[in-house]
Amino acid sequence: MVLGMARAATTTDAFNAVAEPRRREIIALLADRERPVGELVDALGIAQPQVSKHLRVLREVGAVAVRVEGRQRLYRLNGEALKPIHDWVKTYEQLWTERFELLDDVLDDLKKEEGDGSAD
Amino acid sequence: MAVPTSGTAVVSTPTDEQILITREFDAPRALVFRAYTEPDLVRRWWPGRRGEMQVCDIDLRPGGRWRYAMVAEGGFDVAFHGEYREIVPGEKVVFTEIYEMPDGTLSEATLNTATFTESDGRTTLELLTQTSSKDVRDVILGSGMEGGVQEGLDILEELAIELG
Repeated sequence: MVLGMARAATTTDAFNAVAEPRRREIIALLADRERPVGELVDALGIAQPQVSKHLRVLREVGAVAVRVEGRQRLYRLNGEALKPIHDWVKTYEQLWTERFELLDDVLDDLKKEEGDGSAD
Repeated sequence: MAVPTSGTAVVSTPTDEQILITREFDAPRALVFRAYTEPDLVRRWWPGRRGEMQVCDIDLRPGGRWRYAMVAEGGFDVAFHGEYREIVPGEKVVFTEIYEMPDGTLSEATLNTATFTESDGRTTLELLTQTSSKDVRDVILGSGMEGGVQEGLDILEELAIELG
């Protein structure tokens, strides 16, 4: 309803990070469990340099974290960094929740009217 | 207050360019359709608890125009308008929606479809917004933000008065 044209500046990075479909796929894969790059490459079916590029963007906004184990680099999801996106959608949801609660009241009155038949 | 509360509106994004809002109501779809399309009824819910509706024009026929306007708390005007494209009474309304920005410019039009489905006397309302791009979609999704921030500020102000 009230269109806030600008998003809060502090959340922009996370929004940009998930704007790319491949990066959303990576997030979905990492939501299950920690994975080495090789697994992501196999699952996504794109070349490793591209996967690494996406992982770098996600790492820069804190959406994923990496640790080295032996010769492997293991990536995992950091849900906290994605919270702004969740919160942002929530406010839109709140507006509609508020509207629909009022609509419930309207429907209650309409049902009563119908129950009264042609009383008025 | 209504006794049967069916919970929150569920907002999802089926594609990069779409927003889908879903909610179930404890009423037959003929009534939900009325509440969604009759001006006197729309006035009671569309502004939420954020202000009062000044304009609620509905010309419910293909090619007919609609315009909603309200003054939100805090004094700023909020207005939308559009055109009805398809109407199936009790079942479906397809319409365009344009946001009238405070500086006088108009947003891109979105194509919205409201679908009413009844089962066991309960009605599921689905509101699908089709935008032209992900950017437009994201701006709309952010639209509750301003109100939400304002509510937060109001609470802070109340606290400040209490503490002062």
